[in-house]
Amino acid sequence: MSQTSLPVDQVSGLLIDEEQTLRHRLTYFGRLLWRDKSGMLGLLLFFILIFSAIFAPWIAPHDPLEQNLRFNKKPPAWAAGGSWDYPLGTDNLGRDTLSRIIYGSRVSLTVGIFGVLIASGIGMLIGLISGYIGGRLDNAVTALINLILSLPYLLFVVVIAAILGRSLLNVILIFGITDSPIFARTTRGEVLRIRESGYVESAISIGASRRRIIFDHILPNLLGPLITVATFEMSAMIFYEAGLGFLGLSVPPSVPSWGNMLSNGRQYLTSAPWICTFPGLAIMFASLGMNLVGDWLRDVLDPRLRRVKK
Amino acid sequence: MSTQPTSTILDVRNLTTRFNTLDGIVHAVNGVSFTLDEGETLAVVGESGCGKSVTMLSILQMIPQPPGKITDGQALFFDGLATRDLLALSKSDIRHVRGREIGIIFQDPLTSLNPVLTIGLQISESLVEHMGLSENQAHKRTVELLDMVGMPDAQKRYNNYPHQFSGGMRQRVMIAIAIACLPKILIADEPTTALDVTVQAQIVDLVSKLRDELGVAVIWITHDLGVVAGIADRVMVMYGGQVVERALVDELYEHPQHPYTNGLLGALPKLYESESRRLVSIEGTPPDLYIEPKHCQFAYRCTFAFERCWEEIPQLFEVGKRHKVACFYDIENGRPRHVP
Repeated sequence: MSQTSLPVDQVSGLLIDEEQTLRHRLTYFGRLLWRDKSGMLGLLLFFILIFSAIFAPWIAPHDPLEQNLRFNKKPPAWAAGGSWDYPLGTDNLGRDTLSRIIYGSRVSLTVGIFGVLIASGIGMLIGLISGYIGGRLDNAVTALINLILSLPYLLFVVVIAAILGRSLLNVILIFGITDSPIFARTTRGEVLRIRESGYVESAISIGASRRRIIFDHILPNLLGPLITVATFEMSAMIFYEAGLGFLGLSVPPSVPSWGNMLSNGRQYLTSAPWICTFPGLAIMFASLGMNLVGDWLRDVLDPRLRRVKK
Repeated sequence: MSTQPTSTILDVRNLTTRFNTLDGIVHAVNGVSFTLDEGETLAVVGESGCGKSVTMLSILQMIPQPPGKITDGQALFFDGLATRDLLALSKSDIRHVRGREIGIIFQDPLTSLNPVLTIGLQISESLVEHMGLSENQAHKRTVELLDMVGMPDAQKRYNNYPHQFSGGMRQRVMIAIAIACLPKILIADEPTTALDVTVQAQIVDLVSKLRDELGVAVIWITHDLGVVAGIADRVMVMYGGQVVERALVDELYEHPQHPYTNGLLGALPKLYESESRRLVSIEGTPPDLYIEPKHCQFAYRCTFAFERCWEEIPQLFEVGKRHKVACFYDIENGRPRHVP
């Protein structure tokens, strides 16, 4: 009961109780990451997305709005007739595809991050209250959630977008509000499960207040499942934003966004396919990255899974 | 085994708890009365579903309401200064009794700890909540508590999560949580059921040690009469939501007066027996709690039952020094008893 009881983490080989300096923690998470290659790929894609969104003006070779009709519909650098001045070619107005993709990541990331923040904020609050208090309130909230979820999502979004008009803020608000029922439903389900658990009963038995039970005991247990949902929803939002852009309902056409690029390149699909292909690939990799990150985070955030997984 | 009891700190009178379910009313606790003295250990014995746990949870208003409802009774708690009826306290008042005055250890240490919080946080929680300690003070006190419950390397273990502990160690953590605020009463709700036998013995020893050191009164809920003999001063036997017998522990083992107690003791294996014998089981099944009790609940299974047993509910009746039994039949003399 002396030497053997010292807890050694089986993953990292580090003593868990060694003073947990930042360096220790980083090494620890580094090893966790190293074991999960798909998580690494996801994080890599995610960081590329963030990096290009933040540093767009410095890394983009051209102004994304600069038109140069002399060089319009130039193919990518490796194809016949392409040049390294425009690595991924140009569109019908001679704008640099690579630069537009880099700038477009700003729109996608902003919509994804703020949309999820709003949706999860509203959804979590509603789900927590409705799940913990229960009774009639819970019935009403559940009915409302089901009602909203039963509406054809895209049609719903399209109608609101058409009414509110085209702006980045509107797109964020639309996604934030229409997506909140998904968070509310997930939260409520988890709260119902956790509310009946032994540790909530024992928290009640030591006289913990309702607020403490909800925020100290239930909330941390929600984070795992909610972060998973959040990353999946974020990738869905990036997807849907592109979809709205394609329909001409997202940000104004002057703003370079992946959806607008798709919509723009649609007419030249046969003559200049790269105009559509590259923003399409960007959407795909952003989505893929987010999904992989979600899976990885779920494993890391649950202290139990952290140890048992392979 | 323990000091002479000085004064009564808990006096439960005629506690009655019902659950309104779709299938009908469950008569879980039917007029339970008992007292608990300062520093003593009271064992509550009975088979599953006899109302042991519901009785204790009712006292702390911890049964879910609805469907549960405490329809009658009082639970008078004396904290040295004043007497309060725990059943009449408001939600916020009873919250300051839970954990502060009365601590509970639950049966299953595996599910009773929050998997995502360190055990240190979970122990210091009630210190911060009830004693108003700062985080630093609570940390120090928590390490002392972990030491007290026999946790090796208490300082290091503070930051561990529940999954890093064995079942026995988790139960020690649960005990540390329960005694954190030095409560007057510690309710142990079958704390050894989920543990293996050697660990059971350690937990029993630990609770006895803490009782002697802290002077806390212990209510030990169990269905294991073997454990009772080692730890309890008095025993209360429950059946079908009622107390059927109450006595000092030695008295109960030597002169069980209720046929049910007798049956329980007969079902207990003995180590030193001259002849081998088959263990006696009590025939029949526990009573149907959907039916409102109108007669002795044990009559269905009792070999001594006669007319009167089917006509009225026997009340607790004094048969010896601090020995009460609720039965119309005197099994020692083999004839009906004269009970008012």
